[in-house]
Amino acid sequence: MEILELLGQGFGIALQPLNLGLVILGCALGLFIGAMPGLGSVNGVAILLPMTFLVPPTGAIIFLAAIYYGAMYGGAISSIMLGIPGASTAVATTFDGRPLALAGKADQALITAAGASFIGGTISIVLFTLFAPPLAEVALAFGAAEEFALMMLAFATFVGLGGDDIPKTLFSIFIGLALSAVGLDIISGEPRLIFGGLPGFFHGIHFLVLAIGIYGIGEMLWTIESSHDGVKVSQASFGLGRILTHLKGLKGSIKASVMGSFLGYFVGILPAAGATPGSIMAYGAAKTMSRNPDSFGKGNVEGVAAPESANNAASTGSMLPMLTLGIPGSPTTAILLGGMVIWGLEPGPMLFIEHQSFVWGLIASLYVANVFAMLINLAFIPAFIAVLRMPFTILAPIIFVLCVVGGFAPTQDMHDVWLILIFGVVGYLMRKLDYPLAPAVLAIVLGPLAETSMRQALLMSDGSLMVFIERPISGPIMGVAIVLFLLPIVKLLHQRRARASA
Amino acid sequence: MRRAEFLMALMLGVFSVYLMVKSAELPIGWIPDEGPGGGAFPFWLAAGMLGCCIWTLVRWFTRQSPPARSTEPYLNPAARGLVVAVGVSLTLMLGAVHIIGMYFAVPLFLIYYIRFLGRHRWPLTLSVAVLAPVVSFFFFEIALRITLPKGYSEPLFYPLYDLFL
Repeated sequence: MEILELLGQGFGIALQPLNLGLVILGCALGLFIGAMPGLGSVNGVAILLPMTFLVPPTGAIIFLAAIYYGAMYGGAISSIMLGIPGASTAVATTFDGRPLALAGKADQALITAAGASFIGGTISIVLFTLFAPPLAEVALAFGAAEEFALMMLAFATFVGLGGDDIPKTLFSIFIGLALSAVGLDIISGEPRLIFGGLPGFFHGIHFLVLAIGIYGIGEMLWTIESSHDGVKVSQASFGLGRILTHLKGLKGSIKASVMGSFLGYFVGILPAAGATPGSIMAYGAAKTMSRNPDSFGKGNVEGVAAPESANNAASTGSMLPMLTLGIPGSPTTAILLGGMVIWGLEPGPMLFIEHQSFVWGLIASLYVANVFAMLINLAFIPAFIAVLRMPFTILAPIIFVLCVVGGFAPTQDMHDVWLILIFGVVGYLMRKLDYPLAPAVLAIVLGPLAETSMRQALLMSDGSLMVFIERPISGPIMGVAIVLFLLPIVKLLHQRRARASA
Repeated sequence: MRRAEFLMALMLGVFSVYLMVKSAELPIGWIPDEGPGGGAFPFWLAAGMLGCCIWTLVRWFTRQSPPARSTEPYLNPAARGLVVAVGVSLTLMLGAVHIIGMYFAVPLFLIYYIRFLGRHRWPLTLSVAVLAPVVSFFFFEIALRITLPKGYSEPLFYPLYDLFL
């Protein structure tokens, strides 16, 4: 009951007029930054960090947490509307969000995303309130081997995502991983894969460069070609009645949302994992558990609900190791951590004792931010739908410009924009030949994490691969991953044999 | 389509070999007390890519995959011109960004696309072409402090910076 009392005090702080105003402002800003392809919560939090010195520390972290939350909601918007993931956390949302939008159900996808995000936020905050300290210890038991096993699990849940063509799916995964290795070697610091000696390759290939290329430029070229005779603009309509129907329809995706929330939360609290693998795994899990797995990728609302609930839950989850142990679970929380240190709040176990009002104020404001982010999101849906109604010959050039500007913003290097164009054109040509490209985007996101953890684990075990199987936590995770890897291949071979004998 | 499938697998295979060679510039074996060398991870991935390309070529040869059987043209002839026009105009826009900057290259691209490819009226074309850079300027330069490339048009922006920053 002590916790409830503390949480009550927290709400007292979060609902003070100044803090409430900061929450609303932060959510709205975060929503727009998240909705912009190329900019995610990291950019928003990093850019607005200096502005928070104008308010007291509690207000400042509340403001930043609200931006973080808003951006999580916003990331889904460009995934659904434009088919370009607004941030790495929203990659999985494009898989079903985009087909829904093309089928004229953008409003349903957006409402599901908002609803699922809300469920994810709510469940994770309850978990956070109840189990903060013990979970932090579990997360600390995760070493390099466990992390690598977790990455394998994330990949395994996604093997089924590719098409029927096994070599092309594998190629896509390999090339994504290989491209993620471009830049400076993480362990020795030596430059590697610097194509043509171009200095732009030293900072590596950001996942957004590949994602904007494939989902932005490539997708647009694809649409232009397939719609040259009579443009297929998604017929999006909107009305209060439809909102109510869709809100009621949320019940159908509640199972996926709840599952996504738990999964996302637990992956989120693991140091260095964060919301991206969480949302990807939630999508894979929802697909595996669904009664109708074939409808995923073609516009199943559960495919929007699962990753969206997971990424919001994970963003709360990643605050946990940051607050209790001082270990950030995601790039955004790393910046939040930096802010806290500047304000004189030392993260760690003592924070919960010495700065109780700050911690509970933050937790309560997460709750408030969750409510407002959803309301603001719902309020803007008609505006987003109006964008979709624009004629394609106006929308297309605007999206191209968004890709160029959005691709430039994170690194501020024209080199990346040229790469986007190259990836877009090559991706389009490959897609025409049934190369699935989503696995490549996922691979480039998870690649650096996978490589670091694999090399660290091998270093510790002196080169023995058994380290992944022998350790008590990584062993079972690896086992599940291997089973999941083999399942689709076995299924495919089985089908082929059945077809051959028929 | 069949020829494109072959050429694509061949080109991707060549790229894989190039990646393998490039990775081998760094140690790809085991370094005592340091673990796998910096090139090992990309090297084996590139080897995997090459394997997949060979697999695809085998499937091409035995006509197993749908594109290897297809007799349809690779690019739809009716849409080919449009796709190429868009690709070329995008490339020209990026090239122009280096010279005249984002704020002039973007409107030119928008005018070309909306007026000449989309055949919309001039008033609509111009309003989009003017609004886009203005909104970008306030969003990026003023709100987020991200400067977009300006090329030779840089001096034109000094008065704006004085006014807003």
